[in-house]
Amino acid sequence: MDFSAFDDIPGTRVFTPERSRRGYPLNQFCMSLMSPANRERFKANERLYLDEWPMTEAQKQAVLSRDYNAMLEHGGNIYFLAKIFATDGLSFVQAVSTMTGMTVEEYQDMMLAGGRSPVGVRSIREGR
Amino acid sequence: MARVTAGLATSHIPAIGAAIDLAKTDMDYWRPVFAGYDWTKEWIAQSPPDVVVLVYNDHASHFSMELIPTFAIGCAERFAICDEGYGPRPVPEVVGHPDLAWHIAASAILDEFDMTIVNELTVDHGLTVPLSLVFGQPAAWPVAVIPLAVNVVQYPPPTSNRCFELGRAIRRAIQSFPEDLNVQVWGTGGMSHQLQGPRAGLINEPWDADFLDRLVADPDSLRTMPHIEYLREAGSEGIELVMWLIMRGALGESVELLHRFYHVPASNTALGHVVLEPTKENP
Repeated sequence: MDFSAFDDIPGTRVFTPERSRRGYPLNQFCMSLMSPANRERFKANERLYLDEWPMTEAQKQAVLSRDYNAMLEHGGNIYFLAKIFATDGLSFVQAVSTMTGMTVEEYQDMMLAGGRSPVGVRSIREGR
Repeated sequence: MARVTAGLATSHIPAIGAAIDLAKTDMDYWRPVFAGYDWTKEWIAQSPPDVVVLVYNDHASHFSMELIPTFAIGCAERFAICDEGYGPRPVPEVVGHPDLAWHIAASAILDEFDMTIVNELTVDHGLTVPLSLVFGQPAAWPVAVIPLAVNVVQYPPPTSNRCFELGRAIRRAIQSFPEDLNVQVWGTGGMSHQLQGPRAGLINEPWDADFLDRLVADPDSLRTMPHIEYLREAGSEGIELVMWLIMRGALGESVELLHRFYHVPASNTALGHVVLEPTKENP
C-alpha cells in the first residue's frame, strides 16, 4: 500500500505501517511506563532503562532530549509518547506545544483565539 | 424487542475528565464547556436508556502495539477503569450487558463484520469522559454500557463507509434482540484537533460545522469521505470522527436533531456534541 499522499500534509506525521514497524520498540518502551515501578526505574537512570529496549540510538537520543518531533519521525505515536510526558508530569497542552516551535503561553493563546487555521497548511503540493 | 431510541455524539477530551475529577468545572475556562451538556443531562434523566453502545477508541491504554483490533466489542460483565499514567479516574466501574453484547457480536459477524470479542477490557478516557459529561458524578453509572473500541490510531483505520455500515449492522442486531430494551448508540472523539508535529493545534470550525450539518441531514455524503480529507481538514486526530458515523448508521435514514453544541477550545480540541433521535417514520 502506498501511503505517500499523507506526506503532503505539512507538519504532520501519520502513523503509517512503515512508521509503526520502525517505531515498535519505541512505542512499547513508552507503554512500559504505564507501570509505576517502571516509571521510577526510568526516572532513576533513563539511559540504563532505555538500553533494555531494542531501540535505535536515534530513538533513544530523541527520548533523552524530549524531542517529540524526532520521536514522531522515528516511529513514535503521540498516544504512546504521552506516557513519557505523563511521567514528566506534563499535560497534553504543555507537551504538544513543544512540537510547534511556540512557547506554552503562545500555544495556549493561539488555542484561546480559536486554534491554528487550516489555511496554508492543508497541502504542500497544492500550496493551500 | 430492543430498539435504538437515540444517538449521541461527543468529544472525549481527557482534560475534561481531569476538570471534573479535580472539581474545576466552575472555572471560567471550563464553565462554557459543561454548560453545553446541561440540556443533555435533563433530557437523559427524563428518558434514560437501559443500555448504551459506546463507540470510542483506546489511546494506548488497554491495547498496546501488540494487538490492534479494528472493531473490538466488550462482552464482559464489567470493565475496570484504566490507569493511563496518572492513576485511574475516580469514577464508577462500568457495568456491561453481556447478553446484548454477545448478540451484537454474533449478529455482526454473521452479517460479515469480523468483530473482535473482548472478555477482559479496561476502559480509558475515551469511554469514561462521555459518561461523565452526560451523567455527572453518580455513585454508579445509571446505564449498562457495551464498549465498542475502534482503531483510529494505526493506519489504516476503517473507512467512513465501513463505519457507517457497521452502524447499520448494529441497528439490525439491536432490533433482533428479543428483550424489551431501550438502547442508545454513542459516537465519541473529534472534532477537529491535531496533537502532534508543527501543525499541532489545528482547528477548522467551518469544516466541523459542515460535518455536523451533513451528519444530521445527509450522512450518505460522508460515507465517501477519504481518510486524507479528515487529516487535512480536521487534523491528524480529527480522524476520530469516523466513529460518529457508526452512531449515525445505527439510527436509520432520517433523524431529528434534538441538541447541538460546539465550543473551542477544550484543551487542544474543538468540542462537538449532538443528540439525535430517529424520526417517527423511522422507528
